[in-house]
Amino acid sequence: MTDQEKILNEVTGSDYKFGFYTDIDTETIPKGLNEDVIRIISAKKEEPEWLTESRLKAFRHWQGLKMPEWAHLQISEIDYQDIIYYAAPIQEAKYQNMDEVDPELIDTFNRLGIPLEEQKQLAGVAVDAVIDSVSVKTTFQDTLADKGIIFCSFSEAVKNHPDLIKKFMGSVVPYTDNYFAALNSAVFSDGSFCYIPKGVRCPMELSTYFRINAANTGQFERTLIVVEDDAYVSYLEGCTAPQRDENQLHAAIVEIVAMENSEVKYSTVQNWYPGDKEGKGGIYNFVTKRGICKGDNSKISWTQVETGSAITWKYPSCILRGNNSVGEFYSVAVTNNYQQADTGTKMIHIGKNTRSTIISKGISAGKSQNSYRGLVKVLKGAENARNFSQCDSLLLGDKCGAHTFPYLEVDNKTAIVEHEATTSKIGEDQIFYCNQRGIDTENAISLIVNGYAKEVLNKLPMEFAVEAQKLLAITLEGSVG
Amino acid sequence: MNTNEVSYMLEIKDLKVNIEDKEILKGINLHVNAGEVHAIMGPNGSGKSTLASALAGRDYFDITHGKILYEGKDLTELAPEDRAREGIFLGFQYPVEIPGVSMVNFLRTAINSMRKYRNQEPLPAGEFLKLMREKKKIVEIDSDLTNRSVNEGFSGGEKKKNEIFQMALLDTRLAILDETDSGLDIDALRIVANGVNYLRSPENATIIITHYQRLLDYIVPDFVHVLYKGRIVKSGDKSLAKELEEHGYDWIKQEVDMDA
Repeated sequence: MTDQEKILNEVTGSDYKFGFYTDIDTETIPKGLNEDVIRIISAKKEEPEWLTESRLKAFRHWQGLKMPEWAHLQISEIDYQDIIYYAAPIQEAKYQNMDEVDPELIDTFNRLGIPLEEQKQLAGVAVDAVIDSVSVKTTFQDTLADKGIIFCSFSEAVKNHPDLIKKFMGSVVPYTDNYFAALNSAVFSDGSFCYIPKGVRCPMELSTYFRINAANTGQFERTLIVVEDDAYVSYLEGCTAPQRDENQLHAAIVEIVAMENSEVKYSTVQNWYPGDKEGKGGIYNFVTKRGICKGDNSKISWTQVETGSAITWKYPSCILRGNNSVGEFYSVAVTNNYQQADTGTKMIHIGKNTRSTIISKGISAGKSQNSYRGLVKVLKGAENARNFSQCDSLLLGDKCGAHTFPYLEVDNKTAIVEHEATTSKIGEDQIFYCNQRGIDTENAISLIVNGYAKEVLNKLPMEFAVEAQKLLAITLEGSVG
Repeated sequence: MNTNEVSYMLEIKDLKVNIEDKEILKGINLHVNAGEVHAIMGPNGSGKSTLASALAGRDYFDITHGKILYEGKDLTELAPEDRAREGIFLGFQYPVEIPGVSMVNFLRTAINSMRKYRNQEPLPAGEFLKLMREKKKIVEIDSDLTNRSVNEGFSGGEKKKNEIFQMALLDTRLAILDETDSGLDIDALRIVANGVNYLRSPENATIIITHYQRLLDYIVPDFVHVLYKGRIVKSGDKSLAKELEEHGYDWIKQEVDMDA
């Protein structure tokens, strides 16, 4: 067997570590999508009339839309009437104390490495834990409230901070934005809301952990982050799901609003169930993420490590409206077996002296397809806009594909836009060199891949960088040891 | 001790190797004892690098005949990483670049893989760094070199010094240096040779593969072998290298080709 064949065999032997299912009492509504279903969801959430109406408006708009086909993806037809749009663990109300939380749920999150007990958590990380359609627990809320920071589930925010939600929800990603945004705006169930008041530097990492548990359900969450003048927050989301033969749909919206001199770091470690070796099952991950640098000198930075999902379709983007605002996108996307990813970013330069950086590292293995798709748009008024893009692809084996689709639209002559792209194969030479120093092939691949992705992994908060490194190794290695 | 009372460190018996059905090595016989330095010389295309690769365990060719015994063990049954863990070090003719992987990280992974093989605990970070500092001195290597990515952006000389540095660090018992002298200026050549000489000991052995004689001005071999058309056609002491320096390979080629 050649080294190349060995690599192929090893990478296709990997196991998904989070594929378990928790048997908890779950309340679900019948399958199907119509106005009644939307009213039921809204009623379950005890929402105000305006929000119910807003959902219905989005739904009516969605009905007139067709699923987009421009992505480099083979998507089998989705029967939207065959999906359950609301599933929630049965509970009295949102848990205030740990002893009210179903021990099964605590155990579930423990197994995922996300303890819900504050004293057991990583110091300095507050977590909003979302299972299926609802948030079950948000930690450190009181500590954060002392600083005026709001960190709660989206449903709570609708109840307790309606003005903020009304003002900002849909302001970055309107329901008319695209097919999946319209769908989400109609049926979204829960998610996180985060508000950092003027001048406050959030003292801990905020994170949302999304877990799909129930079968035949879709997860449609929304996250809204608003950061006022001179404020700062670092936010992380993680995602996993049980191992099932059917595909499950996940269509989320994330909106970020950054005011003057503020900064938001948004990091994602996406590890939805990717399907099995034959490409059966797995999550369809169709997500719209966008931030607006509204104020001058503001900054939004997206970092993503995408290892999971059968299909990934997402383009975390920045609208650089404030002068001197900065947008960043750092991405590692790994695909293995039959996974498909079409991911990248959009950087829209509107303000003067706006700058953006795009670093994308694609890693393809097995029979997977991995595409980078990115738009850099410089509008007329964006004097001295700067962009630097670097898109690298690494191939493991010769049955996978890597593709790059860069789009440049520049309407201002002072703009400087640079694009670099490379494609390389993980070399037999590199692996043999490691072997000759006593490092076995599996560790060699892990070393080489992590080295290749280092620039991006370095952007993650420390605790998560270590996790992400392990995840890369798990995704690409066999289940040896 | 072996029953036949001769215990070579390395014993190559009638080794024949094919690359894509073409026979490259046509029956190599060689034995190397601990403490010895052997030089294998020969014109381009004679099979020198193939021999080095066969010892290290590259798999783009087939061993069709013969045996390689290392400390009594059949080497062909060991994976390349296990050969390394048993103390076989190959100094590469073209050291490979691994972007984004620092030398420190690379070497720590290497050392700890070897320690694991010997059922030893991983080396604590402090001790590892101390060991690195010691070994760096041997090859006069810049300290920032170890913070850079493996061989990335290294000059030719730096790459070769880096090989000798690794040889020193990784508890090498049998070093095979494949054209280590190619592309080196005199200063680098001297440093590399000093490194090799420093590590020369009664327990270790070295096989130097080279096209030119000049490295042997600095490293004096115990034996010199001439490889030509896949066979060792002449063996001798260091004076053979001198002879080759003066007369080139043509006289040997003639001798061999006439016999054929």
